[in-house]
Amino acid sequence: MAIDSDVLVIGGGLAGLTSALAAARAGADTRLVSYKQSTLRHASGLVDVLGYTPDGDGPLVDPFDAIPDLPEAHPYRTVGTEMVREALALFDDAVPHYRGSHTDANALVPTHGGTVKPTARYPVGASAGVASDDRDALLVGFEALADFDAPQAAAHLDAAGVPFDVRGATIRFPGDLRADAKITRYAKLLDADSRVPVDGRDQSVRAALAERVRAELDGEERVGFPAILGDDDAAGVREALADALGAAVFEVPMGPPSLPGLRLEDALFDALDSAGASIETGNPVVDYDGGDRIERVSVEKNGARIPYAADQYVLATGGLVGKGVESDRDAVYEPIFDCHVAHAGDRYDWFEDDAFGDHAFPQFGVATDDSLRPEEADGSTEFPNLRAAGSVLGGYDFAAEKSGGGVSLATGYAAGRAAAEETR
Amino acid sequence: MASVPHIAVVGGGSTGAGVARDLAMRGFDVTLVEQGNLTHGTTGRMHGLLHSGGRYAVADQASARECIEENRVLRDIASHCVEETGGLFVKRPEDSEEYFQEKLRGCEACDIPVDVVSGAEAREMEPHLAPDVEKAIAVPDAAIDPFRLVVANAASAQEHGARVETHSTVTDLLVEDGEVVGLEVEHDSGPGKHVHGKEGGTEEIRADHVVNATGAWAGRIGDMAGVDVAVRPSKGVMTVMNVRQVDTVVNRCRPKGDADIVVPHETTAILGTTDVEVDDPEDYPEEQWEVDEMIDTLSELVPMLAEARTVRSFWGVRPLYEPPDVASDDPTDITRDFFLLDHADRDDVPGLTTVVGGKLTTYRMMAESVADHVCERFGVDADCRTADVPLPGSEEFSVLRDYMDEFGLRSPVGRRSVERLGSRADDVLDTDEPNPVVCECEGVTRAEIRDAVEQSGSDLNAVRIRTRASMGNCQGGFCAHRMASELHGDGGYDEPTARRALDDLLQERWKGQRHALWGEQLSQAMLNYALHATTQNRDADPADGGDVDFTAFDSGPDAARTDGGNRGD
Repeated sequence: MAIDSDVLVIGGGLAGLTSALAAARAGADTRLVSYKQSTLRHASGLVDVLGYTPDGDGPLVDPFDAIPDLPEAHPYRTVGTEMVREALALFDDAVPHYRGSHTDANALVPTHGGTVKPTARYPVGASAGVASDDRDALLVGFEALADFDAPQAAAHLDAAGVPFDVRGATIRFPGDLRADAKITRYAKLLDADSRVPVDGRDQSVRAALAERVRAELDGEERVGFPAILGDDDAAGVREALADALGAAVFEVPMGPPSLPGLRLEDALFDALDSAGASIETGNPVVDYDGGDRIERVSVEKNGARIPYAADQYVLATGGLVGKGVESDRDAVYEPIFDCHVAHAGDRYDWFEDDAFGDHAFPQFGVATDDSLRPEEADGSTEFPNLRAAGSVLGGYDFAAEKSGGGVSLATGYAAGRAAAEETR
Repeated sequence: MASVPHIAVVGGGSTGAGVARDLAMRGFDVTLVEQGNLTHGTTGRMHGLLHSGGRYAVADQASARECIEENRVLRDIASHCVEETGGLFVKRPEDSEEYFQEKLRGCEACDIPVDVVSGAEAREMEPHLAPDVEKAIAVPDAAIDPFRLVVANAASAQEHGARVETHSTVTDLLVEDGEVVGLEVEHDSGPGKHVHGKEGGTEEIRADHVVNATGAWAGRIGDMAGVDVAVRPSKGVMTVMNVRQVDTVVNRCRPKGDADIVVPHETTAILGTTDVEVDDPEDYPEEQWEVDEMIDTLSELVPMLAEARTVRSFWGVRPLYEPPDVASDDPTDITRDFFLLDHADRDDVPGLTTVVGGKLTTYRMMAESVADHVCERFGVDADCRTADVPLPGSEEFSVLRDYMDEFGLRSPVGRRSVERLGSRADDVLDTDEPNPVVCECEGVTRAEIRDAVEQSGSDLNAVRIRTRASMGNCQGGFCAHRMASELHGDGGYDEPTARRALDDLLQERWKGQRHALWGEQLSQAMLNYALHATTQNRDADPADGGDVDFTAFDSGPDAARTDGGNRGD
């Protein structure tokens, strides 16, 4: 006897979560199963829609404008511009701590390396940092936090021609954190506003931090920190610092482990909970049963194989990073359903010689019909009750285009909704 | 003597650095020039084996004897560069008993200490050896870090007054009245380029004698003086695994062949190699079959290699040389012995000596013979001391444990730092500043990176070879930008220099990974690409060119202007 649902979503990243949310909100009995932590912890937490064309033009001001000119195989062309807008509306509703919905224009958000990058949705914590805002900025880094060098990031932003003055300062974080303290350690201290020893007496960590930053502040109206400003009470941490500094406070998104990515994951899990979907994480889907249709899939738990059956399935297992697409020396494949993944026979054709060349490998993934159903090499449908969403899709390079978040949202939304409709 | 003779040494590999050190210790005024980084040519592209001589004990006993002699010397003077792994020559059922016995007799004849162990005993030492390995010969092979070794030689040369110029290409030899009297050098630095000690531009370096220690490039330097040095470059591939499948050097006990050695190296194991003659030491095909052969053939010795994760592959060229009258067809037949060519005797062109052939294990011996030759040429009476005086970092390696205690370095990170730094540990690690780990895969801390920047300037590839930062599983994905940050600010370099150095490092890390792009490493490569292109926009950085009309983009919701705290989450 299998565990039954109307819609079973496989994968807990942005695409899987969005897909499950769309299906659940459309009234389907929805279950999401995912393995390990999602790759959101690797991601900056920004939701890009389209920053550059496949030819490299950009940064694009209006991503929606450029979608109709994308190659036909691009997932955005499959779902259409309107679906992208609807998916963003769902996201804006489900994740209230994000900004960007007030305009179609991309924002240019400073990165921890000091570049700016075009993005469509950004956490409210990053919103005072956007590069088109002309207020002068002070960036603050911490001595032991090797991932963010504030003076270098400031100099880099200056080289990018931002329309404001920006300086960087490096300070010691209050308290005696180990040199290799994890970023969650900083966040938890700030969340709890713990007392830390400063010059021989205990002081609130928020106040002590503000005091050190104030000594560096020279009239700047906004102050940027690496993205460590709290986890559970990020807004409270920012507010306290802003009040004490008399300046707006923002976070600069960073690489993994990324607090903004984890906060986004939490928000989506909450939304999914409220929508009544069930969520199971920690065990992989390893196989399926069925002929033409998928009857059930097997989830491996402690060595046993537990069957999960559904009417409709969504494959949102990610790309090469999330292991939704795998490879060996000879071939590239989709490991659960063995859906067709187009690739050159010679693995030396999978890449270019330049680190940022026009590589083939980022585009590895399944091709689909208009309803996001994976297709075999000859164009026939793999399974009538399977749809794919997010990075497991081929035909686009999210890294070069800065389109990963948007494609995951749009295809996740479209696949989830279509799956729910079929169960009616 | 009126003045100290000035010797220009061309080539910053093990031989050139060794020659520079030896000559400087004997009182010469020395300038070393290298077209890339130290170890840029062949030395940095080998599998890191300190030969016991066992490899040559059948076919080339002269080389075998030199190897075991120098093996002993280097354990002594370069202890912080050597890991005493031991080595095994293992026999599979299909390998001939006759050759096994020949190898045994050869080792004994060359004074190489050996032990015959059973298959079971060999598997006790190395549990991942194939179950059908019958027996093995244990020899004193070891692993050596060629980067650390060359850097230590160059540092010692500098301590004795030598000038060391990297990123300086010899564009011509100065020849006057049929005699070599110096070099013309192009320094690759100056405005817009990395700064490496000497500002950019061309320089004439006049010298009393020039030593050509450029290995596979020796023919090119020879051409500049009109002398013929017929080096036969032979390429070999090395494939780097993400973990140490073996802790002992594992050799196949059979006559010459491709893919017959696995060398444990720091956190990795390196598979080698092929032996294919090439025309040009800088431009030769790097082919898929070579990588596949490493994995397929060596998994006969260590089966788990078939499914293991490779992180990259790289190729090196051997500077093989044989005297003109021998004419071997197959590069594996060419002797691994070294040759000193005195161009005054040989070609009637005084002022130039070339050293070719040989191998890393005997670099010091080669350097000694070159220095002896130069001493004789100038009538200098000075003994070679390079076999007795430890290299910087190895002076008191026995104190390693004391450092561990002193700095509380019981963690793996600290232990590895101290092993890398040897007796320099307290100079480098004793800092009042926070010392976070910059490279997590290899456990390299900020203090080590800063020390390397001080030594080598803004070239992050030079920092990499000194510290191993960015050489682990992630191949720079998580640490390359952190390394670049150490150049800025206290490192003394401006932002554009740090940015260019980051781009160079990313490209260099990419180059080797291209040959390992399947399975786990392709997944890692995609993650790295995403981190650098998506998260950092490193591929389309507006600072690298292109005006951006900032006013056209979102300047933030109005709330951001009035409410600094911006509640909402």
